[in-house]
Amino acid sequence: MNNLIRLIDGQPRVSDDDPWHLLRESPATRPAGRLILPLADWRAAQDEAVLRGERFSLQGLWLAPDDEVEVLQPWLAVLPLIAIDFPSFRDGRGYSQAYLLRTRLGWSGELRAIGDVLRDQLAHMRQCGFDAFAVREDKSAQDALKGLAGMSVLYGRSAIEPRPLFRRRD
Amino acid sequence: MYLYDDYDRALVHERVAQFRDQVARRLEGELSEEEFLPLRLQNGLYLQKHAYMLRVAIPYGTLSATQLRTLALIARRYDRGYGHFTTRQNIQFNWIELAQTPDILQHLAEVDMHAIQTSGNCVRNITTEAFAGVAADEIIDPRPLAEILRQWSTVNPEFLFLPRKFKIALCSSLEDRAAIRMHDIGFYVYRGADGEMLLRVMVGGGLGRTPILSQPIREALPWRHLLSYVEAVLRVYNRHGRRDNKYKARIKILVKALGIEAFAEEVEREWQQIKDGPAELTDAEYQRVARSFRAPEYESLGSVDLAFGTQLASDPAFARWVEHNVRPHKVPGYASVVLSTKPGAAAPPGDVYAAQMDAVADWSERFGFAEIRIAHEQNLVLPDVRKRDLHALWQLAREAGLATPNVGLLSDVIACPGGDYCSLANAKSIPVAQAIQKRFEDLDYLHDIGEISLNISGCMNACGHHHIGILGVDKNGSEWYQVTLGGAQGRDAALGKVIGPSFDAADIPEVIEKVVGTYLAYRESEERFVDTLERIGLEPFKECVYRQRAVPA
Repeated sequence: MNNLIRLIDGQPRVSDDDPWHLLRESPATRPAGRLILPLADWRAAQDEAVLRGERFSLQGLWLAPDDEVEVLQPWLAVLPLIAIDFPSFRDGRGYSQAYLLRTRLGWSGELRAIGDVLRDQLAHMRQCGFDAFAVREDKSAQDALKGLAGMSVLYGRSAIEPRPLFRRRD
Repeated sequence: MYLYDDYDRALVHERVAQFRDQVARRLEGELSEEEFLPLRLQNGLYLQKHAYMLRVAIPYGTLSATQLRTLALIARRYDRGYGHFTTRQNIQFNWIELAQTPDILQHLAEVDMHAIQTSGNCVRNITTEAFAGVAADEIIDPRPLAEILRQWSTVNPEFLFLPRKFKIALCSSLEDRAAIRMHDIGFYVYRGADGEMLLRVMVGGGLGRTPILSQPIREALPWRHLLSYVEAVLRVYNRHGRRDNKYKARIKILVKALGIEAFAEEVEREWQQIKDGPAELTDAEYQRVARSFRAPEYESLGSVDLAFGTQLASDPAFARWVEHNVRPHKVPGYASVVLSTKPGAAAPPGDVYAAQMDAVADWSERFGFAEIRIAHEQNLVLPDVRKRDLHALWQLAREAGLATPNVGLLSDVIACPGGDYCSLANAKSIPVAQAIQKRFEDLDYLHDIGEISLNISGCMNACGHHHIGILGVDKNGSEWYQVTLGGAQGRDAALGKVIGPSFDAADIPEVIEKVVGTYLAYRESEERFVDTLERIGLEPFKECVYRQRAVPA
């Protein structure tokens, strides 16, 4: 994917050599290369060993807002990447999905925001556990970098800061 | 009141800088209106018919004298010299230039205020009642928990794009003056047998097209779990609330669809996963916040003040004001004063001029502890006034047009700005309010009618919780008003019932007169309006209102 920001060791970088291709719908014959498939298609494309959690999958998957993150539990050890779709930036379900993947299911691999991904929401996404951001194609990823830091004060907690501010205030 | 520390201050200042940049990008065309919309809403900025409207948060309705003077400054410098206090304890400025908004927010940040999340599909200003901390019937001061909740919900990254707006209120008095059953979440704070602070949690209340009272979802929740419990409710709502239809997106619709038991189970399952985590509140945090709300240094006074007694006896106009606008205080020798913003047809309900704001700020310093409260009924409250100062305060308030002795009476109309300003409104509420106030100008008559709360709203988004509700409805593009009777807030909260076909604006004062006339005709001794209505039902009112009326075309 192009126009991608990734956090590498916490440092944001615009990536120009991302190997992944996002398939919004699964075509009759899948192209070669590293694919991010819709959840149902990913499942259909795996063999038994992967589904049993015994072998790595070569494909990543993406979740739609009404997919339940809990269903990914058996495959977390074999997935190379999880993407979460924001069909509109005003649809906030992806924040809860990301937060749960990180804090409850223990996902530590790449978590990529796709879809209507814009500069002014990047900080919230980062705090909910995303570490890769496929910025909407008509927007500049370089420009979007400015939105990543957000504000220095977070009252509540987040995927990257599990303690609310009241446990951090000096 | 709560005192900001470096963290709180850093947050509001950084937020201003962030919004300044967003406004600049909007003005340069870098951000589309669609992209800018939720950003400005979450900073309190609506686009209305004639201009932008800025809604400033007044957390749980508490202001310092300095803060009120800053609101006066904003009214003067950036608006047309007045502001409008709302039913959710905020203030709205109606004539704002987009380009000036960052400067206004900067003024607010200088005095520890903001407009964050006063709009948008997120957790809104946390509210409680205007007499918190001073009411004679209070069990526990709800403000520390309200402040803790305000902080936790401010820019909480997971919950900024909920299906719809989300309103939380707390109260802890025998008479619920915070309308907690009309909120998405309402907390009733009380003490358990062993003295521990506990919460009764109610969920799924709200007004709008489908008015509904909240239902209890949990009893006896220990206060330490306040944040984790709200987190659980919000997460269930964020994941499962409807997003396909704006009018079906509030949590009340989800609660109704699942049923309260199934919804409660869902929340319980989520809560079990997080309740013992770092979100559990600590004594240290509660004490830190509660310190800000410690009672001021009251003088020790007797509960009887001779001078005050003499003034009451010798000045009937003063006595009438005391009867209606002064509330009992938990400390002997003190009282809380309600400054009515409803002088009648002279000014729209809730509107206060800059000079009045400055005057109230001065009085709060001279007669109290430099603190002012905003009531749900859109009036201003001076919470701590010595009884012996009441007469002097009353004289000043009378000169300033803030001493109409009508609190709780029919002319204490609660009204939104309506169609004169608001693009959501179907109808203009201010002229209707003024027409009613004109019709009921006679104070003796008003006092005889007694306690009636009347609410006028330009659209369907409000009102069901008042004794008389008047709602603007759109019928084939023209303005009509629907009348509901029998709503109530407080411990015996109830939703009003529509009395019948809607009316033309011009007929409303007569309709209200007939409703009141019916009440007076059927009233037994000291019976209140709501009690008569409860006893005789809607029929006699309908009969009187619709008899001899031409059937609307």
